[in-house]
Amino acid sequence: MNLVKENRGNVVIIKIQEERVDAHNSDGLKLEIQKAFENGDKNLLVNLESVHFIDSSGLGALVSGFKNATSHNGVLKLSSMQSQVKSMFELTRLHRVFEIFDSEADAIASFK
Amino acid sequence: MDKNSIELQIKVPNKTEYLSLIGKIGEDIANELNRYAGNHEILAYHINLALTEAMANAIKYASNDKNDNHVDISITTNDYELTIKVTDYGQGFDINAIPTPDVNILDEHGRGIFLIKAVMDNVSYSKENNGNVLKMCKKLTA
Repeated sequence: MNLVKENRGNVVIIKIQEERVDAHNSDGLKLEIQKAFENGDKNLLVNLESVHFIDSSGLGALVSGFKNATSHNGVLKLSSMQSQVKSMFELTRLHRVFEIFDSEADAIASFK
Repeated sequence: MDKNSIELQIKVPNKTEYLSLIGKIGEDIANELNRYAGNHEILAYHINLALTEAMANAIKYASNDKNDNHVDISITTNDYELTIKVTDYGQGFDINAIPTPDVNILDEHGRGIFLIKAVMDNVSYSKENNGNVLKMCKKLTA
């Protein structure tokens, strides 16, 4: 999984640098989120702007991240989804679970 | 064979690195279906998704037999529908025993077949010859 990690104040941003998140690379995302919370990061934002395709295992990796956040008293938010990717969250009703923001800036502001 | 028909048979190793290739083939076919009156971008995503989920499923349930380390995929279209068949040679599963994912339980797994059923019009899973065939149809006409 290609991704870029960035610190912005008290928020760690994971920017996915893949067009697809599927069963081939979703474990990498899951591990990266897990690692961040285990390292003591509390506020995590996953920026999905580059992602044009996500499947059930990609959604599963983010669900795993959400549960990880809860067990570490942290928060995981999502931003910058392409419309088709967002529709997968709506179809599975996961848009009711995650806080999803249109832009990275909006998401970061929400942590404060 | 109709002049607008496509029949494609693909055999790929049962490895996740081929998911992207198979998904993209599905997208390209969807984009070629001029007779489809709906949104082509959405159709392309849905065909990509159905192929990706079905193949990932076939890999998950694959046998350990070294001679059966591939997945067979067929994509056919006629004037009315697009049909995808994904055949695996593993132990199979009961498609009707898979529950609808419950957002309150937040399971990491178990959304694949649900998504396929949501984006395709007809989905079945059956034993044929030596394999298990997941058949998924998408109507192209209103």
